[in-house]
Amino acid sequence: MDTKNKTFYQELMEKGYSRRDFLKFCGLVGGMLGLQSTGVAQIIDALQTKPRKPVIWEHFQECTCCSESFLRASHPLVGQILLEMISLDYSDTLMAASGEQAEAVRAESMKNNYGKYILIVEGSVPLGSPGYCTIAGRSAKQVFDESAAGAEAIIAWGNCASSGCIQHARPNPTKTEPVHKIFSGKPVINVQGCPPIADVMAGVITYILTFERLPELDNMGRPKVFYGRRVHDTCYRRPAYDAGLFVQSFDDENAKKGYCLYYMGCKGPNTFNSCAVIKWNNCVSYPIQSGHGCIGCSEPNFWDYAPLYSHIPNVHGIGIEATSDKIGAALSAVTLGGVLVHAVVTNIQKRKLIKNQMDDISINTEEYERQKARMERERERIANQESRIDNESEKTN
Amino acid sequence: MISRKPALREVYVWQLPVRIFHWVNAFTITVLIVTGFIIGDPPAIMHGTAPEFNYWFGWVRLAHFIAAFIFVINLLVRIYWAFAGNVFARWNNFIPLTRKQINGIFETIKVDVLLLTPKPVYDIGHNSLAAFTYFGLLLVSIVQIVTGFAMFSASSNAWYAPYFEDLLISMNGFFPVRNIHHILMWFFVLFVIVHVYLVFYHDYIERNGVASSMIGGWKFINDKVVEQFLSEEKENERLEVDRKIEQSELKEDINA
Repeated sequence: MDTKNKTFYQELMEKGYSRRDFLKFCGLVGGMLGLQSTGVAQIIDALQTKPRKPVIWEHFQECTCCSESFLRASHPLVGQILLEMISLDYSDTLMAASGEQAEAVRAESMKNNYGKYILIVEGSVPLGSPGYCTIAGRSAKQVFDESAAGAEAIIAWGNCASSGCIQHARPNPTKTEPVHKIFSGKPVINVQGCPPIADVMAGVITYILTFERLPELDNMGRPKVFYGRRVHDTCYRRPAYDAGLFVQSFDDENAKKGYCLYYMGCKGPNTFNSCAVIKWNNCVSYPIQSGHGCIGCSEPNFWDYAPLYSHIPNVHGIGIEATSDKIGAALSAVTLGGVLVHAVVTNIQKRKLIKNQMDDISINTEEYERQKARMERERERIANQESRIDNESEKTN
Repeated sequence: MISRKPALREVYVWQLPVRIFHWVNAFTITVLIVTGFIIGDPPAIMHGTAPEFNYWFGWVRLAHFIAAFIFVINLLVRIYWAFAGNVFARWNNFIPLTRKQINGIFETIKVDVLLLTPKPVYDIGHNSLAAFTYFGLLLVSIVQIVTGFAMFSASSNAWYAPYFEDLLISMNGFFPVRNIHHILMWFFVLFVIVHVYLVFYHDYIERNGVASSMIGGWKFINDKVVEQFLSEEKENERLEVDRKIEQSELKEDINA
């Protein structure tokens, strides 16, 4: 039997899922994508008739938390997407095969599905030295270039692949770069987060399979439907923010009452993600709901804006860790001091002027003379020009 | 009683729009800095009541946004006035393009900042160095406005909000934009300290009424300085007329 051309639906039926499960899944994904009921019908149709998408899943510099997130998805079938809906031909973490065998499968799949498969990249690509990340004797960059050459589209899965995450944080010792920095020419979808919400991934893949185009992306390449609003604007603690009721420390009365974590450095106001809407672990909770501020893990370079528990980040590059407020206050103090010193020196240096003992309040006569001479020259030049023009016109006459 | 009668002339320097701009600008910047600090680092105010009975942080943010809109409109009016206003309000005061302005900057640094000579530099309007720092202030203001609107757009439905939101995301999102907005705020704090001090300084040593001039518009200027200014202006006008005549003659020649 040709397993490659089976649909997602066929695969599920064989695994013993009911049609009811399947329809529930389609409804869930349709709801997440914000489709109308006809859109859900389109999803059902596509999953029943279209062959699954071949997928190559590459792991570079990462911690596999993105894959872990997938395996703890809200709906059991969301996790199954990884295993059933898409035809996962190569994933060095999940596949049973290893060594030569695994590499042979990858090479074969890439050859057979050239230009048709989706490349999912988990992790960033270190450019500093091949030693930082080598798979089957080849550097991460080589592996990535090989896989990207025949891909239809690339999904940068997680913050590592989308913007480099912690290994890209200053000073970036491995010179690692996210996918969109080292590759162009094919669409790159950045599914942001550390890790991203599994349902978001399921939604993106279902969308591509159903409508055969990419979802609408924002200027950072993130799907707008999931990254269009801030955690802050969808947070259930927002009323406490507007009321100015802030948790002042993690063990105070306000924390017990569930007030806003903004003062504790919650990055919800800075972060575009749908955590407060879709939530995590079977829609149970999300960081703010469990009493800890958002750390902004779906924004690029969020590690560089440390500390996590303050809104005002440290300023780098002046030797000591200091917030801009401390530097600003110090500069203000220095300026005030400077101004005072200046006032004292003024009284000494300009005492004659202050006491009106200067005989001649000299205006800047030198400058005036220079200006006058310059104007004179200008006039002469114009006069010369005029006379020349006159001469020429006489000649022509 | 000590008194003397210097040869001074009253000069109308700051027109009404300039004065209104100055005070509106001062007021909005003060409001923006204070509310900005509260938004960036809210004070610990405890209530006995539930969130739905309070909105004070919301009001602080509203004050920041309203002040920001007034700040922007005020600045736009001033930019218009830089082309429509009198010679002391004109745009070319603020960008040092002429040799005279560049010399003026060095002269002012020598005389007023480093205090190397007891003689003062006399200018009727802004001195060249002050005017140049106002140009810097304009640039910083523009960055503050752009970054501010970029952040505001995320919670706005206005027609321009989508453009600013795209801009925000192109600039790598809230983290860097917020940081820039916060750090540049300190520029205004430093500016205010130096600016207010220098008003005291100039009024103290030059006694030309610079502090009250921003209320009434008139300054007391030494007669010689005014005469020099007027003669320069006359020269400039004459040169301008000469140029126009020359040009029209050239045109006639071409036609002939």
